[in-house]
Amino acid sequence: MAGELSPGLILIVGALLVPFLRGRLRGAYMLALPVLAAWQLLSLPYGSFGGIEFLDMPLVTLRVDRLSFVFGLIFLMAAFLGIVYSLHLDDNVQHVAGLVYAGSAVGAVFAGDLVTLFIYWEGTAIASVFLIWARREERAYRAGLRYLVIQVGSGVLLLAGVIIQFRQTGSIAFDHLGTQTLAGVLIFLAFGIKCAFPLLHNWLQDAYPEATVTGTVMLSAFTTKLAVYALARGYAGTEILVPIGAAMAAFPIFYAVIENDLRRVLAYSLNNQLGFMVVGIGIGTELAINGTVAHAFCHILYKALLFMSMGAVLFRTGTVKGSELGGLYKSMPWTTGFCIVGAASISGFPLFSGFISKAMIITAAMDGGYFWTWIVLLFASAGVFHHSGIKIPYFAFFSHDSGKRCAEAPGNMLVAMAVTAGLCILIGVYPRPLYDILPYSVDFLPYTLEHVVTQLQLLMFSALAFTVLMRTGIYPPEMRRTNLDFDWVYRRLLRSAALAVGGLARDAWKEFTKVIKHAARGAAHVVAHHHGPDGIMARTWPTGVMAFWTTVMLAAYLILTYL
Amino acid sequence: MTAVQPHLPVLQVVIPLLGALLAGLLRRGTSGFALALAVSWLMPLIAVALLCQVLTGGPISYHLGGWPPPWGIEYRVDALNGFVLVLVSTIGAVGMPFSYRSVALELEPRQQAWFYCMYLLCLTGLLGITVTGDAFNAFVFLEISSLSTYVMIALGRDRRALLSSYQYLIMGTIGATFYIIGVGFIYLLTGSLNMVDISARLGAAWASQPSAVIAALAFVTVGLSLKLALFPLHVWLPNAYAYAPSFTTVFLSATATKVTIYLLIRYYFTIFGVSIDFRALPITEVIVVLSLAAMFIASLVAVFEQNVKRMLAYSSVAQIGYITLGIGLADQAGLTGGLVHIVNHALMKAALFMSMGAVFYRVGTVNLKDLAGIGRKMPITMAAFTVAGFGLIGTPGTSGFISKWYLALGAFERGWWWLVFLIVASSLIAVVYVGRVLEVAWRREPSPAIAEASDPPLTMLVPIVLLAAATVYFGFFTEWTAGVAGTVAKTLIGGLK
Repeated sequence: MAGELSPGLILIVGALLVPFLRGRLRGAYMLALPVLAAWQLLSLPYGSFGGIEFLDMPLVTLRVDRLSFVFGLIFLMAAFLGIVYSLHLDDNVQHVAGLVYAGSAVGAVFAGDLVTLFIYWEGTAIASVFLIWARREERAYRAGLRYLVIQVGSGVLLLAGVIIQFRQTGSIAFDHLGTQTLAGVLIFLAFGIKCAFPLLHNWLQDAYPEATVTGTVMLSAFTTKLAVYALARGYAGTEILVPIGAAMAAFPIFYAVIENDLRRVLAYSLNNQLGFMVVGIGIGTELAINGTVAHAFCHILYKALLFMSMGAVLFRTGTVKGSELGGLYKSMPWTTGFCIVGAASISGFPLFSGFISKAMIITAAMDGGYFWTWIVLLFASAGVFHHSGIKIPYFAFFSHDSGKRCAEAPGNMLVAMAVTAGLCILIGVYPRPLYDILPYSVDFLPYTLEHVVTQLQLLMFSALAFTVLMRTGIYPPEMRRTNLDFDWVYRRLLRSAALAVGGLARDAWKEFTKVIKHAARGAAHVVAHHHGPDGIMARTWPTGVMAFWTTVMLAAYLILTYL
Repeated sequence: MTAVQPHLPVLQVVIPLLGALLAGLLRRGTSGFALALAVSWLMPLIAVALLCQVLTGGPISYHLGGWPPPWGIEYRVDALNGFVLVLVSTIGAVGMPFSYRSVALELEPRQQAWFYCMYLLCLTGLLGITVTGDAFNAFVFLEISSLSTYVMIALGRDRRALLSSYQYLIMGTIGATFYIIGVGFIYLLTGSLNMVDISARLGAAWASQPSAVIAALAFVTVGLSLKLALFPLHVWLPNAYAYAPSFTTVFLSATATKVTIYLLIRYYFTIFGVSIDFRALPITEVIVVLSLAAMFIASLVAVFEQNVKRMLAYSSVAQIGYITLGIGLADQAGLTGGLVHIVNHALMKAALFMSMGAVFYRVGTVNLKDLAGIGRKMPITMAAFTVAGFGLIGTPGTSGFISKWYLALGAFERGWWWLVFLIVASSLIAVVYVGRVLEVAWRREPSPAIAEASDPPLTMLVPIVLLAAATVYFGFFTEWTAGVAGTVAKTLIGGLK
């Protein structure tokens, strides 16, 4: 049995011991857990294990195949790096929650049936909210509560879908599901919420920036990528995903540009990167699925790196507001360097990890004949370069000097960032090992003339536009306002349009909520009237009334039966 | 052992009865406790031995005094009541250590030995109802357990305990009367009081005098509904639970209503159900409707309740609704859900009431407004409360989920989609009332009034943690809960006409 233990369970069960340890021992123990889990994973052959009978349903608690292997591996790597990053903390809540959260995500990836998936799915939701609450502020508490409601809501939809699936087909196997059945649609929505589909995405930008410094790093790695995995498993080749993904890739760019909280900018860009993956799943060809998986792999690393660097800034200066930062490269040179590596990776510079994976998806879109999607993805690539590639490092570390002087990030954070940055570059330069573990065999060459030139053109034009505008003095000399001026196009155009539409929508919404609120208040009043402390249902009835009801019940039974 | 083995069914009842007599003579709280503890710890051993014997070798019939049934009283153990025997005796055994400090604090020294005497009598009655195969004998045990319960409630420090006990006495007597009238009808119709014998003879009576059989069924149903607090006959329960001494509440909430529910199942599925198709009668529909009313109305009252014990009492009424819902569904999965919820609810509610008993032990109140920040002062106690509270909601990973899962499946079997929705919706109300306590306990700053509080002594803490752990354990490993319940349900449903 021990031979078939899920790597996720190693983290979850291991987490229970953490509160009893202190100091270096605790650090070493926590680092050992993902290593142990990875060792367990590597020692498992492909196949299904851990079959148990639960409520008359056969569960497959551990299924290792090519798809789950990659995700399991990167999740364990992310967990390891996240733990290194959080070693300086003396907060058991975060340590335990982080481990249980990572373990649940790993367990979910290896779930061979929908019920196991559901249990771990809820596990990620419940464990992760403590990473938000651990900030111990009212704002974070409220954001966490909203986050929890949405996540549990996703779980409930999943459960409903699973039950219907079980009743209709008698099977709970987690294989291709498709959206043809009601069960399929419900599960699709559950995945969609967790994957932050457009209009279902707000929990992400709401909650992630409110989490703790280390919590956001963990959060960025697991929840949404678990959803990507689940979609790839159950809905590969589902056409509707292509437009959904394209919308996801495009729309957050606008928000990212106008946002001042740099961790929220990253949350938007996370959304946008997920868009690429969702498009890949929707296309569903071997190349596209490979691209999605590879992109998820790289994305977890560089996004974690970016959140780590912003976390370090928050940790040292107490803020990540673009308008309050600037010039930090003097105080935090290493963090600056790592942030730039992350920025280059997410922007898809050749020789960095984003390039070798994003190119696969974009090529797959081209090959599949999705011309407009291709265009949108190119546009999104340029947008990413602007808000994550330029904006993040620029405003935090360069821009005009905010006068803030602080220490460099703590040693463990620097180590975590250094390793992550190293991996980003390594994968970018030498992608073969990653390609070898992808679900399908890869004959894709990222470094062809065409790919490199297209990507460089895109990046160069973006940068050129930026520079030319600066040089020609269209930008005022003060850097802080550059951002605002650069936003001008988006903000004026979009805003005036948005205001017109939004105004109407807002009025309608106001009226709607007024009606709903009124009805709810009325209903609450009625409920409170009857069930409140002095209501008929909560009062202690006189004994005679109770006896009377006994007779009524007898009469009811007799009359109903004799009728 | 071999000499004792054949007499296990009667020992299950006689030992606590003798214990009660002794406890009455002892007059000292500590020795009374020691005696009650010894008896309580012996009971599960007998019960488990019986259940194992039944599961492997089929029903056991024990003839009291050597008189063969149907003339003599028969004790009859099958999987159904073996299951309930294990539950009741285990709750007694696990809860007993808790009682020592709790009773010492809440009762005057001269009352303590009497309290243990009453507890043992109550245990006698509950185990007797479960083990007996005789309809009138069940009435006698019902009265034994009820009378001792009235005393146990009236011993509460709060003066309202007296009134609650009095109301329960009146209502309980009415319920018992209804039950005995029903048994009277049955005796007139069949000339027998032995349950197995009745079930064999009832078919002929149904053919000749169906209306009298229905009257018997209605009287038994209403009488037992009153004792098991099925809405709207539940009004005696919240006050009785709220103002009784802590241990009384723990014990009664986990066992008394459950045993009555067992008796109802016994009548429906093995007495009436064998000879008449009671599912064709509107009785099942009425029970489903009343169960739903309990699930919603009692849960809503719990949302507004300020006294946490009273809130939990209302929640009990709601949870009983889930169990009777399973009975009303009367299909394989639904009945499994009802049966399994008997166990699951007993364990989690005992944990919840115990943690409130521990809070009362430390701070002397269980009013919500006084409990701000109690989680930081009594972390283990409130952690157990939290876990059991999640069980009450039915969160996956707790035993409550298993119960609701089977109930939902049962509703599916009937094709009642709306019922699945209602089961989920009523759980959401539980989220609110449990959440209210959790919010106050964990999120608020501790008030000066509870500054001195800390987790209770180990005799209290260990039972609390054990029961909370059981809530989680049975959420994952269901062989001994859902597994046995499923077997029992299969036999019961299979035996129906």
